Amino acid sequence: MTDYNFAYLDEQTKRMIRRAILKALAIPGYQVPFASREMPMPYGWGTGGVQVSAACLTPGDTFKVIDQGADDTTNAVSIRKFFEKTAGVATSEQTSKASLIQTRHRIPEEPLTEDQILVYQVPIPEPLRFLEPSEVETRKMHALEEYGLMHVKLYEDISQHGAIATAYAYPVKVEGRYVMDPSPIPKFDNPKLSMAAIQLFGAGREQRIYALPPYTQVISLDFEDHPFEATKADHDCDLCGAADSYLDEVIMDDAGGRMFVCSDTDYCRSRRAAGHVGAQGAPYEEDAA
Amino acid sequence: MTPLLNVRDLAKFYGSRRGCEGVSFDLWPGEVMGIVGESGSGKSTLLSCLAGHLAPDRGEVIFDTQLHGPRDTLTMSEPERRMLMRTDWAFVHQHARDGLRMGVSAGGNVGERLMAVGARHYGQIRDQAIDWLGRVEIAADRIDDKPQAFSGGMQQRLQIARNLVTGPRLVFMDEPTGGLDVSVQARLLDLLRGLVREMGLSAIIVTHDLAVVRLLADRLMVMKDGRVVEEGLTDQVLDDPQHGYTQLLVSSVLQV
Repeated sequence: MTDYNFAYLDEQTKRMIRRAILKALAIPGYQVPFASREMPMPYGWGTGGVQVSAACLTPGDTFKVIDQGADDTTNAVSIRKFFEKTAGVATSEQTSKASLIQTRHRIPEEPLTEDQILVYQVPIPEPLRFLEPSEVETRKMHALEEYGLMHVKLYEDISQHGAIATAYAYPVKVEGRYVMDPSPIPKFDNPKLSMAAIQLFGAGREQRIYALPPYTQVISLDFEDHPFEATKADHDCDLCGAADSYLDEVIMDDAGGRMFVCSDTDYCRSRRAAGHVGAQGAPYEEDAA
Repeated sequence: MTPLLNVRDLAKFYGSRRGCEGVSFDLWPGEVMGIVGESGSGKSTLLSCLAGHLAPDRGEVIFDTQLHGPRDTLTMSEPERRMLMRTDWAFVHQHARDGLRMGVSAGGNVGERLMAVGARHYGQIRDQAIDWLGRVEIAADRIDDKPQAFSGGMQQRLQIARNLVTGPRLVFMDEPTGGLDVSVQARLLDLLRGLVREMGLSAIIVTHDLAVVRLLADRLMVMKDGRVVEEGLTDQVLDDPQHGYTQLLVSSVLQV
């Protein structure tokens, strides 16, 4: 613990990141450049999210990390351990107990509250990246609010697939101004982006931070005759029976066996603890794992 | 009547070398003007300055905007100029690849300008795209093909459809028939002539092909070394050239 400054980064770096965060909160959806540091993990593993978390953590925080909704995957476990070691903060797997949640590719099912912060790991912050290769041009397009090109992508989706096939990283317009990439969350989560908690987005390799203040208006782009639809697998969770949560499909054997389970592990566990049982679920036991 | 485009003493230098200098002219609504000259005579520089792709060193380019009347496009703000570029103006590049999004289907290419000015109804965008593909003689069943799958002539026609779909009032064309074989050129010229007449477009066409201006242009400007050496009605300039360079140019055309 004494080998590191609190939460790994030095205080000047944290100040720099906090300034970027404040600017990002002041201009919702705008990508603020920041001097991203090298972190002891590879790019693509959440270096941006980790830096934002480090800048926001206080000793009294309770920290939770989820990766695709799960608390127990490599990425989540490693980042949680990283801050246990470098910041000594309390950690929890329970969404409601955490004051700071770092996430990769999901928003927790349980609604967040005003005293919570949600930090996203962002691989590519620029929603126009694959449409317009020039960064100079895309910045100009953001500045002048020229977003017709974003709809060309959705047009191409419909013309090829008959519906908007973009299922994740679905572009949104923030407060009627900036078009933003909500990070690769499933579009099922898009309606939740207008929430009570502060949402911070950190892209380490791309050196960008952007943010959504509480209760920001976030609208998913669509066409009048092809409205946005938040989709999920047409199934209930096989473990807890939830019909309203985003599901992962798990292949069970090589004979076509499969089950659908909540991608949010904490949500699924708390439902089972409350006595809900799905089609393939066994009754919940406290220390079953 | 106010001219659609009023150009006054336009000059562009590349360091000490002259791109074009002392160019002044009026373009009236519905008029097509040709700019001819040999390679390096400053035609393309002039066109780029007019279309806002290059910033000239001197001069005025006053465009008769729909909302605010005549405005100098060189001093207006960048958002305004870019708005003009995707509504009232159109630019047809010599190479279709420069003017098209090669990774986007033909329908998406035509629809882009519509979406850029706020169209948000998929069905209507698609209907308009099909309509415009028909007008430039591209079969409706090619609407979801990418431009890579098109021949050079089709790509050029697609580029024209993409540019004209928002009903611009002024079209800049840089060698629109360059690099196409003669029979395809002839069809493209036919098509362009029809569209220009039908939509009452004003156009500025840069070319070194005198046949193109003979067919399309009402008026002609001949450039040499960055200056306009002769201008007048197309037939007049081509049939009775006054300046030595124009005479050379006209007599250089092979008679088959």
